[in-house]
Amino acid sequence: MKEENIEELERQFQEKIDNDIKIEPRDWMPDNYRKTLIRQISQHAHSEVVGMLPEGNWITRAPNLRRKAVLLAKVQDEAGHGLYLYSATETLGADREDTIDDLHDGTAKYSSIFNYPTLTWADMGAIGWLVDGAAIMNQVPLCRCSYGPYARAMVRICKEESFHQRQGFEIMTTLANGTPEQKAMAQDALNRFWWPALMMFGPNDADSPHTAQSMKWKIKRHTNDELRQQFVDVTVPQAELIGLTVPDPDLKWNEETGHYDFGPINWDEFWAVVNGNGPCNKERIDARRKAKEDGEWVREAANAYAAKKRTKKAS
Amino acid sequence: MSNKEWPLWEVFIRSKQGLNHKHAGSLRAADEIMAIENARDVYTRRSEGVSIWVVESKNIFASNPDEADSLFEPADSKIYRHPTFYEVPDGIEHM
Ligand SMILES: [Fe+2]
Ligand SMILES: [Fe+2]
Repeated sequence: MKEENIEELERQFQEKIDNDIKIEPRDWMPDNYRKTLIRQISQHAHSEVVGMLPEGNWITRAPNLRRKAVLLAKVQDEAGHGLYLYSATETLGADREDTIDDLHDGTAKYSSIFNYPTLTWADMGAIGWLVDGAAIMNQVPLCRCSYGPYARAMVRICKEESFHQRQGFEIMTTLANGTPEQKAMAQDALNRFWWPALMMFGPNDADSPHTAQSMKWKIKRHTNDELRQQFVDVTVPQAELIGLTVPDPDLKWNEETGHYDFGPINWDEFWAVVNGNGPCNKERIDARRKAKEDGEWVREAANAYAAKKRTKKAS
Repeated sequence: MSNKEWPLWEVFIRSKQGLNHKHAGSLRAADEIMAIENARDVYTRRSEGVSIWVVESKNIFASNPDEADSLFEPADSKIYRHPTFYEVPDGIEHM
């Protein structure tokens, strides 16, 4: 295509975005818009899928049948979220298997929070409350994303997420109101998950070079720091209400700004985990690879069976 | 198609009797029975449906968005197809 043509197409594309007209799969879009979306949506899909592992770890050891049924339903939802999102990447021309292989060979990233271990039952509470809570804060604005299939997937996901956070908070509340040992367990889970949850929003705005373009394309609606602040502001009073202490000595309500001030985030830890050196990175990827390899014969058999049925029908 | 990948299906769901089936999303499955079962698990975990259609994506033919203007132009120029085009004298009711 000629250069001026692309410029004109890009101008029309941006005009649509500015007028809040959604972009659908077969519409013209700049290569970088497509690439950015494929990267973001597939990372998001991987996070949903890998995110099942730390919680799956506790399904068989849930303290009672109600908690077990709830956790099972939550983890099943996360599998669904992964599927909606892989489907959305396929509408952009990405190959689903290639996308998954990128995760398995370490090329693709996923949310660093899932590289932390789940040591006690209270971690199920902390994850639902903080991790799903942070995810919701990130995801609600994505329901208005400029790309139609992603926005529609996010609407479904957000509807389903709200019970995830509530079930987590219910676990935390129950433990916080329990024996001193149970309360200590809840506090310990909060201590371990608080900072990684804040890291989920990504680097500070100053270190997030793609934010401006993503906002111009309406893929992103708020900056990382805005969302992180919003999360702190709503979560701190929740912790106080159930008698738990947020592990940040610098945390203080700021009358002037109307927000909580909070201490510095350990970005060295964040980057170490993102780059593969968190406590469970290897374990998570190994588990995903094993699932794919172990399931291969099933997928092949299902295809062979479908082919056999088709030939039977035809004859 | 390789022996390892399952074909892509589009899923349509009727949310209750009396309504149309509506596109819900897509998924991969080896055949139509598995597609319906997967669609149930993926798209109706909260009783969102009473009926499911699945269509293999390759069987869907779509209009070209680049030609949308010329394709839909005939409708734009025929405003007399809308009731607001007509003048109704004052005092006329039930029309
Ligand atoms: Fe999710
Ligand atoms: Fe969730």
